[in-house]
This record gives sequence, structure tokens and C-alpha cells, in this order.
Amino acid sequence: MSSTLVEYKIDIQKIREEFPILDQQVNGKQLVYLDNAATNQKPQRVVDALVYHYQNDNANIHRGIHTLAERSTTAFEETRKAIQGFINSNEAEEIIFTKGTSESINLVASSWGRKFLNAGDEVLISTMEHHSNIVPWQMICEEKGAILKIMPINEAGEIVIEEVKKLLSEKTKMVAFNHASNTLGTVNPVKQITKMAHAVGAKVLVDGAQSTSHLEVDVKDLNVDFFAFSAHKMYGPTGLGVLYGKRDILEKMPPYQGGGEMIKDVSFEGTTYNDIPYKFEAGTPDIANVIAFKKAIEFIEELGKDNIAAYEHELLIYATEKLAAIEEVKIVGTAKDKVSVISFTVEGVHHFDLGMWLDAKGIAVRTGHHCTQPLMEHFCIEGTARASFSVYNTHEEIDAFVKALKDIISKFK
Amino acid sequence: MSQSVVEIQNEIIEEFSMLDGNMEMTIEYIMELGQQLPEMEESEKTEENIVKGCQSKVWLGATLEDDKIQFVADSNTAITKGLVSLLVRILSGRAPQEIVDSDLFFVDKVGLNRFIGTQRSNGLGAMMKQMKIYGLAFSTKVEN
Repeated sequence: MSSTLVEYKIDIQKIREEFPILDQQVNGKQLVYLDNAATNQKPQRVVDALVYHYQNDNANIHRGIHTLAERSTTAFEETRKAIQGFINSNEAEEIIFTKGTSESINLVASSWGRKFLNAGDEVLISTMEHHSNIVPWQMICEEKGAILKIMPINEAGEIVIEEVKKLLSEKTKMVAFNHASNTLGTVNPVKQITKMAHAVGAKVLVDGAQSTSHLEVDVKDLNVDFFAFSAHKMYGPTGLGVLYGKRDILEKMPPYQGGGEMIKDVSFEGTTYNDIPYKFEAGTPDIANVIAFKKAIEFIEELGKDNIAAYEHELLIYATEKLAAIEEVKIVGTAKDKVSVISFTVEGVHHFDLGMWLDAKGIAVRTGHHCTQPLMEHFCIEGTARASFSVYNTHEEIDAFVKALKDIISKFK
Repeated sequence: MSQSVVEIQNEIIEEFSMLDGNMEMTIEYIMELGQQLPEMEESEKTEENIVKGCQSKVWLGATLEDDKIQFVADSNTAITKGLVSLLVRILSGRAPQEIVDSDLFFVDKVGLNRFIGTQRSNGLGAMMKQMKIYGLAFSTKVEN
């Protein structure tokens, strides 16, 4: 892991003031929230935007002629434009709202897969994928007689590029992998793999659930065909996700679900479909959450991705060094390039016991297989404890976590 | 067996009430209980004796001796093992039908739902069910 530290400008006290949820006692102890890779907390401005919308502007969007509908529609589409800027896509129409990363991937697997995958074609994913980037591909491969192949990883938890080269061929139609691993923290070389995949004519889908709040994401620069992510992992509301897709590909894809919004004209003889993005947004969308999501993007942009990445990297290094110094702790995932996620096992302490004990001490981590069972199998472990950091976490919180961990380990001796 | 299912549960409720809701003390106590659980033979920790929970493994074995069911159990996590020991303490050595009919009210009273978790986190709920299934299965072998 790179130990180079970069300068940052972070006023941690000011940031924490935006997250009143952090200022509470859990089981009689000050809360230390280190489960950010599962979902991170929402700044007050996001909560306020939700409340404001329901108190002042609530109406169904599009096609409404009255003032509230107009206000809601404008605010809704403003978020789409904000996301376009945030990930630097060519146009706002390439931004599709979904329920989350899982639905975004399912949309592509189902719609693109049904149209473009044929028997004998190959889909390439990696060992470190979340179940949501495994199962949708298994399902469509089974349906179409296509073959799912796996890009292997090394002991550090990095995709082995040499092996990817061998796996890629003209049969490969889709390469789907994460930008950053939710379990290991590994940041994958998206540009490099995308280039390799495109060279054999394959499309690329990147699961950005774990990268979007930590790293700079420029879909044009990465040149990926699809990029999926969730609002709730980037200080935004739950139940909302985004699928970015290149216009020419999205236009060739059939609708994913039928209903209102996604149509142009409906008759019993036949239906013509709406243009992108609406073709893929059947039914009333998650209006309030979409509107509030813009505030989360503003929060990130105000702090600046560079600042966030530099600060979180420092937290990662700090915590990694402290954990590595504990004899019983083994860090799982030691890639050179990581986001602020540390998975670990403790000799003699089951991760379930560890999670319960840490909670009793006010510290929230995640334990288990993290929806990456094939990855657990690769490392021959049942699960890990995982601490993951957001921009509001502090060095003092890491100290409290490490102190608690040592105390717990001593109870099992 | 001198105490009834209800009496043992009341005893457990009393023991836990002394911990005053302190989470760390409660976990510590549960782990101590687990350490007192009679050892389960490795040979009994078979695949078919596994009661699968989400995050931990629980093994449960049952034999019928003099028309009473004797339970042996173990877990790969210390907290679950402690929870499991409570169930063994309450239900082992009882007639199959008594196990089937038992109302395990102590779980709610002690607040162990916190440990069972909403997501089947340690298999305690599954284990309670499995003990009753054993009760049901053995009840057909016992003359009423």
C-alpha cells in the first residue's frame, strides 16, 4: 500500500457538525462509526433537502402542468445534471436513476445481455466482485448459454493483469468488475482493463459503489461503457442509484421494465418507447431522494475529491499501521492502491464475537462475508471484520477502535 | 430434573437482571456461560448436526435416554456458544413433548433478541427451532 501522504485541507470539526448522528452514545459509549463501506452518514443538508421537498414542493414529476410539479421536475432534473458534472459524462441523458448499484447492474445484464449476449459468448468478472456483480451475470449467462469467466487475484487482493490478457478473446462480450473492492479496499486499474477489453471488442461495466465517494471518477477519461453506483454510499439517501451508460449503447438496448414514463405512445396494438434516460425509468421515480442527492454531491464537491482522498488515505495508513502492530491481527487485502477499507481477521476471535464486542464499546464495524463469498473462499476464510472510513472520521476514533480491539483480544486469551 | 422450564427461565432472567443492561458485562457473562457448557465430542460435530446461522456455526446433537432428550451443543463463536448453553440448560433432560410445548419467554425478557439479531446473525433462533424439531421427532418414539 502506498504510504505517500498528500497535503489536504479538511476542517474536521466543521465537517462533523454537519453530521449530528455522530454525536451520540451507543451502549453507553461515544459512537465511533466505521461501517462506511456499507453506508455512510448523511450531512444535515441532505436531511434538510428531503424535509424541504416534502414540506414545500412535493408533486409527481414530468407531465405535470401545475407549479409544484414544475418545481419538483426542475429539482429532479437538476440532480441529473449535477451527476453528469460529477462523473463528467457527455450528457445528462446518459444518467439513469435506479434503486441502487445492484439494480443498475441488473438493468445492464438483463437489457444489454438479453440483446447482445449469445450462446458461447463470454462474460468476464473478477474474484473480488460483490454478489451484485456476480449473480446478475450468472443469471443472464445461464439464460443465454453464455460463459462466465473469472479474472483471478493475487494474495494482496489485486487482479492479475497477465491472466486477464489470457482470458480476453473475441468471445469476450462484457468485462464487469469493481472500481474499488468493498471487502479488500483494492482500487482496480479501470483504465488499463477497459483498454484491454475494448481491444477485443468487449463492453465494460464498472461497479463504482465503493469508489464514487472516495476517488475522482471521470467516465470519459476511464472510457467505460457503463458505470454503476449508489447514492447512499456517498452521503446521499438510501434506495437510490445511478447507471451511467454511453448514449449509443443505451439507445440500442431494449427497455428493462415497462410502465409509465418509459413510453412515448401506448396502444393495444403496440407501444413506442421514450428516449433515454426515461426509457429505463419506468414508474414514478424516487423523487425526493433524487432531489436530496444533489446536496450530497455538493457536499463532496465543496470538500473536493482530492482533499477527501488525501485525508482518507492518511486515515487508512494510520489505521493500517496500528492494526498491523497487533500480533493477532491479519489484514486481508494489502493492495498497493486502496480506498479507506480495512478487512481483518483476529486469531482466536471469531469475527461475529468481535463485532458484538466492538458494538458493546460503541464501535460500529461490519462483520461477515460482505456479500463476497467467492472472495472469502479464495482466502480460505469464513469472514472478516471490516473497518471503513469516511471523511468525518478522525485519528482519535481510530485510536479508540484500536484500544477497544486490544482490550477484546485480551479477553479471548 | 427438579426445576421446571419456567423456573429455570425465571432464574436466568434474574441472573441477567443483575447485569443492569450493561452490554459489555452481558457479553462477558454470556461468554462465561459458554465456557461451562459440557464439551461436545469432535466426532459429533458432523455436517448433519450443524444448525446454520448467518455468521457462526452451531452444532446440536440430541439423544434419547430414558425417554428424555439429552442435548449437546457447541459453536465456533464464543457468544453464540454462551447463548446456546442457556437453551441446553433449559431444555436438556426433558421429555420430547415438554420441549415441543415449551415457551421460551426468557429470550424476550432478557433482551436476547439483541443477540439473535434481525438477520439470523448467530443461529440462536434456528437452534430453538431445531431443538423443537428434535422434540417432535423423538415424541413419536416415546410412549405417552
